[in-house]
Amino acid sequence: MTVDPVTLAILKGRLEQIADEMDATLFRSAFNPIIAEAHDASHGLYDAITGDTLVQGKSGLPIFVGVMSFAVKAVIEKAAERGGVHEGDVWIFNDPYDGGTHLSDFRLVKPVFRDGAVFCYLASVGHWHDVGGNVPGNYNPAATESFQEGMLIPPVKLYDRGAFQQDIVDILSANSRLPTSLYGDLNGQINSLELGEKRLHALLDEYGAETTREALATLRTRAATMMRACIDQLPKGTFTAEDWLDNDGIVDEPLKIALDMTVEDGRLVLDFTRSSAACRGPVNISRATTVAACYVALKHVFGDVPANAGVLEPVEFRIDPDSLLAVTAPKPVGGYTETILRLIDVVFQAVAQAVPTPAMACAYGTINALSLAGHRKNGARWVMFSFFGGGHGAHGAGDGLNHGNAPISTATIPPLEILEAAYPVRFTQWTLRPDSGGAGEYRGGLGAVYEIELLEEQADVFLFGERGKYPPRGVVGGGDGALNRFHYQQDDGEHRPPMASKMLGIDLRRGQRLRLETPGGGGWGEARNRDPEAIAADVSAGFVSPEAARALYAVVVDENGIVDAQATAALRMREVA
Amino acid sequence: MGDAAYVIGVDVGGTFTDVFVHDEKSGTVSTVKVPSTRGDQSKGFIEGIGSKVEDFASIRTVVHGTTVGTNALLERKGARTGIITTEGFRDVLEMRRRDRPTTWGLRSHFEPVVARRDRLEVSERVLADGTLLQAVDADEVRRQAHALAEAGCDSVCVFFINGYANAANEQQAVEAVRSVWPTAYVTAATEILPEIREFERLSTATLNAYLQPIVSSYLDRLQDGLRQRDFAGDILIVQSNGGVMSVDTAKSYPVRTALSGPAAGVIAAKAIAEAAGFDNIITCDMGGTSFDVSLVAENEAALAPQTAIDFGMVVRTPMIEITTIGAGGGSIATVDVSGLLQVGPESAGSDPGPACYGLGNDRPTVTDANLVLGRINPDRPIGGKLDRLDVEAARHAIATHVSDPLGLSVEEAAEAILRVANAKMAGAIRLVSIEKGHDPAKFAAMPFGGGGALHTGALIKEVGLASALVPRFPGVTSALGCVVADMRHDRVQTVNAMLGTLDAAELGREMVAVADATEALVRRAGIAFERIDRLYEFDMLYMGQTHTVAVSVEMPETGLTAEAMSAAFDAAYTEAYGRLLDGIAIRVMNYRVIVIGRRPHFDMAALAPRDGKPAADCRIGTRRVYVDGAFHETAIYERLSLAVGETVAGPAILEQPDTTILIDPGLVGRVDEFGNMIITSTGS
Repeated sequence: MTVDPVTLAILKGRLEQIADEMDATLFRSAFNPIIAEAHDASHGLYDAITGDTLVQGKSGLPIFVGVMSFAVKAVIEKAAERGGVHEGDVWIFNDPYDGGTHLSDFRLVKPVFRDGAVFCYLASVGHWHDVGGNVPGNYNPAATESFQEGMLIPPVKLYDRGAFQQDIVDILSANSRLPTSLYGDLNGQINSLELGEKRLHALLDEYGAETTREALATLRTRAATMMRACIDQLPKGTFTAEDWLDNDGIVDEPLKIALDMTVEDGRLVLDFTRSSAACRGPVNISRATTVAACYVALKHVFGDVPANAGVLEPVEFRIDPDSLLAVTAPKPVGGYTETILRLIDVVFQAVAQAVPTPAMACAYGTINALSLAGHRKNGARWVMFSFFGGGHGAHGAGDGLNHGNAPISTATIPPLEILEAAYPVRFTQWTLRPDSGGAGEYRGGLGAVYEIELLEEQADVFLFGERGKYPPRGVVGGGDGALNRFHYQQDDGEHRPPMASKMLGIDLRRGQRLRLETPGGGGWGEARNRDPEAIAADVSAGFVSPEAARALYAVVVDENGIVDAQATAALRMREVA
Repeated sequence: MGDAAYVIGVDVGGTFTDVFVHDEKSGTVSTVKVPSTRGDQSKGFIEGIGSKVEDFASIRTVVHGTTVGTNALLERKGARTGIITTEGFRDVLEMRRRDRPTTWGLRSHFEPVVARRDRLEVSERVLADGTLLQAVDADEVRRQAHALAEAGCDSVCVFFINGYANAANEQQAVEAVRSVWPTAYVTAATEILPEIREFERLSTATLNAYLQPIVSSYLDRLQDGLRQRDFAGDILIVQSNGGVMSVDTAKSYPVRTALSGPAAGVIAAKAIAEAAGFDNIITCDMGGTSFDVSLVAENEAALAPQTAIDFGMVVRTPMIEITTIGAGGGSIATVDVSGLLQVGPESAGSDPGPACYGLGNDRPTVTDANLVLGRINPDRPIGGKLDRLDVEAARHAIATHVSDPLGLSVEEAAEAILRVANAKMAGAIRLVSIEKGHDPAKFAAMPFGGGGALHTGALIKEVGLASALVPRFPGVTSALGCVVADMRHDRVQTVNAMLGTLDAAELGREMVAVADATEALVRRAGIAFERIDRLYEFDMLYMGQTHTVAVSVEMPETGLTAEAMSAAFDAAYTEAYGRLLDGIAIRVMNYRVIVIGRRPHFDMAALAPRDGKPAADCRIGTRRVYVDGAFHETAIYERLSLAVGETVAGPAILEQPDTTILIDPGLVGRVDEFGNMIITSTGS
């Protein structure tokens, strides 16, 4: 039996609405701002047998689209070993080698039964505030094993045939610096799963399990068809891109991410075998994470492809099992965000070679996880943990967005007034960073400058960032964005971390300041082709300095944006000669 | 004023200005639709009234739903505006909350309404607990104000970090600016919104400053124009929260008019439904590109705390919650490369419009599908813009773009387009009802605007709504809303304190004082109220959370207590999430004080048909209409001629100048005592 196209379109919308509603429920009820404000969470429906993604919510963190199916597969395998799945079970775990990403992301997986059999799985993933380990907030740049990054929980039952296992919660709570936050987030995820199950049953009552199952299978086939059609828009051939991570936080050597992208008839080969071997520090990722990151990159390039497993059918991955893109336990993976951002960058660069016009230059390319932790006068522990923004890459139709969020997320930044109200800090600067956008016919978006002063006696500071040595790349002849820069004050003056953007345990005292200057995006096209009016406007706004206008665009302009046409012509004449 | 007898509602839309005239002496109403006058809306406004009322001295009150502010925001035609802010924070407006407009594809751009060169800093600083770290220097403020004025700014916004916690520096700076600023257009951020969250406060205040010259001068012209015609009554302006405000308040807080027009429509729908005995309705406004729904539960319209007019243009003032999806009459149907039928969000709008308009679009739209299936009369298009619709063009568009790729007949394809469009609209209704914990079986759909009434039958079936209520004049609903709206003012103040340690009694006294001051403002408007109501609310949350729950409290004579606040929070939290979290401290983020002046009751019976005819006499012919996979020979009725109590069984089409109603097979329509058409299942 096949589902008619109209019912199919309707069911697609209804199923997506269920996943969206699960997202919204967790965002509203979560405790920690990383979920509540930054939406670092995701929900979806997964295949009863394979765990493949059937439907995923639209508002969750993009990187989870694709990685979640690995989490469900891990539960299916574990359950098979332990006597099967039962109605009322809910599994919980954060093992990144099975489920992708890092230890902070706790996954809850719940089978939905229909007529005595599993119809599908519902899953919820959310980034918890603190899961133990050496560093509050869990971005430990010095980790050499996952044991230093936090607790690792394999798939275990949180509910066993409907019975809540308080023991599990006790173990989790005892291993977190912020057990209240953990408890609140866990409750939010349970709420989401319960709601999703209720909504799904209502839908199955209305349309029948058989029709719905058929519709899900058809949607998967169609996603694959659509992806093939997208691939066929690219010219045939192999396109190569290489980019670098500064270091792994332990050894100060750059790590290569290399992509050879081959476009064939209805098929795409993403070959990463020339990338660096697994490293000591925490910028390794599991294979599941690598696949998911490529999915995010492709979905940025081809926005219309749906969020289900069919999309990756025509894509072949070649990943060396010894590389940093396919590690297993206990290699540290806490800084996975940096590596997947670089994966997206190389996909963007390879696509730009294939088809320049719709291509995007690299975005700022680092999450800049910054945490400040200390104790208040009354002894209470505080941890301020946040990610910071930067510029988006320019693209074939315009300048990049100033101060955007990372391509792997849709996170917003907490208001600085909320941070100041909650933690003993004050921001002394929160502005756009001039000259940070890559030059080009279209300019990269600007990064930001955040300067923070400590108002309590003492705090320990941790930073996990990248792009301190290798800037975000421009494409189609565009220039690079500015490097990430971090300064911190000590009694003897201002310092920068030896590993550029990674450091743990900076001992900050009252009145001392941290200064984070984030990268802009890469430029698109030759800078010489930029409209002089646009350059003048950039200078008058203070986005581009007169010096940079002269050096990068060969335009002589004063700080008010008045172009000296004669001097510009002379300058350009000299340069040509 | 002794003879004053008229209360007049005026809704100025993009194409038409609707005037609703209520003669309080005779209890009669009349309506008129005149073309809007672009450039100066006040002309069409006054001409519209003039066509119904000769002596403007006999008008008691004019109530206005305006799109001047909305349009200025959407078209970015506000005044050149400057910002004076705390040193280190000139880019808050441009940095937003570090978001992007679309999840997928990084190809966006954002231009704030105030250019960077017009955002200047001064040295000053207040900490989050209200401590004054550095006092402001009035001379420095004046210098910056001079610089902005000289650069050509007409309006200015003063915004300091943490001003919500202590506004002293900001107030001093505002006084300094006002002492030198060449116009009256000076906005203080904390006067607009003394609430934590810098971007939301600054964005709201900046848009207020941006709109003030435009909206003020428009309202001045309106006042002058009315006075020249001897009008001596009051002018009231509809706010986004569905309440009205005085014209002077509107000049100070123009940002509150951002969604004035749509809000008036929802208020009218609420009033019509209440009179007809419906406490729970979902309004459905179907336009050319969008479908707007909002929910009225137990006679209260749902309010949203903020909305984005466009990407990065956030207005944080309470607004009637209107959920918009891209499914209107002009929404285009396509079949994607995987063979999936999609309707919208791409739209042909009203120009070039659907293929049947013959104005250059050859792709099929929802309206084309309705036309091909006989649901719309090609010789009687609504809205009065075209003489007739081109059925062949619509057929051709559907055949080319939908029938052929899917292997369906043109009629099957047209019905498929409608089913997909209806499913999207049903999704929007689920979003505002089921997802908010409401049972749709308790709600009636109320379509207004031109296109909604063709789809309500399908929505009843798809979502399981109880019924539909089609008002007698769906095309002038917003103008009616102006006449029935109450006066309403919302005040907010950030508290940011733990429930366990704050002085609840003192807080309660502060809130009562704010309510007293607000009530005085309401009374100063000079219009009659039946009574004045006060509502007291808190935004509360568990410590560690960032999203708040709205908590209503009583304010007893004996004073507010922490126990009462705690109990009210438990109740609200349980309702929102089902489970409480024991042992976690509770934080009070904001208090809200709402004062509502209830305006005299408008008797909806004034709208009822006076000399209606039996249904059989209103039947003007038949047409082949395609429903549920087959053509049915379907009776056509002249809707406005139907007498109270008449019933019409589906399938049937009811025509009137401003809308077309489809009664699906299995449904029956009945004219109630107010002239509304109530559509229910035959069984019920």
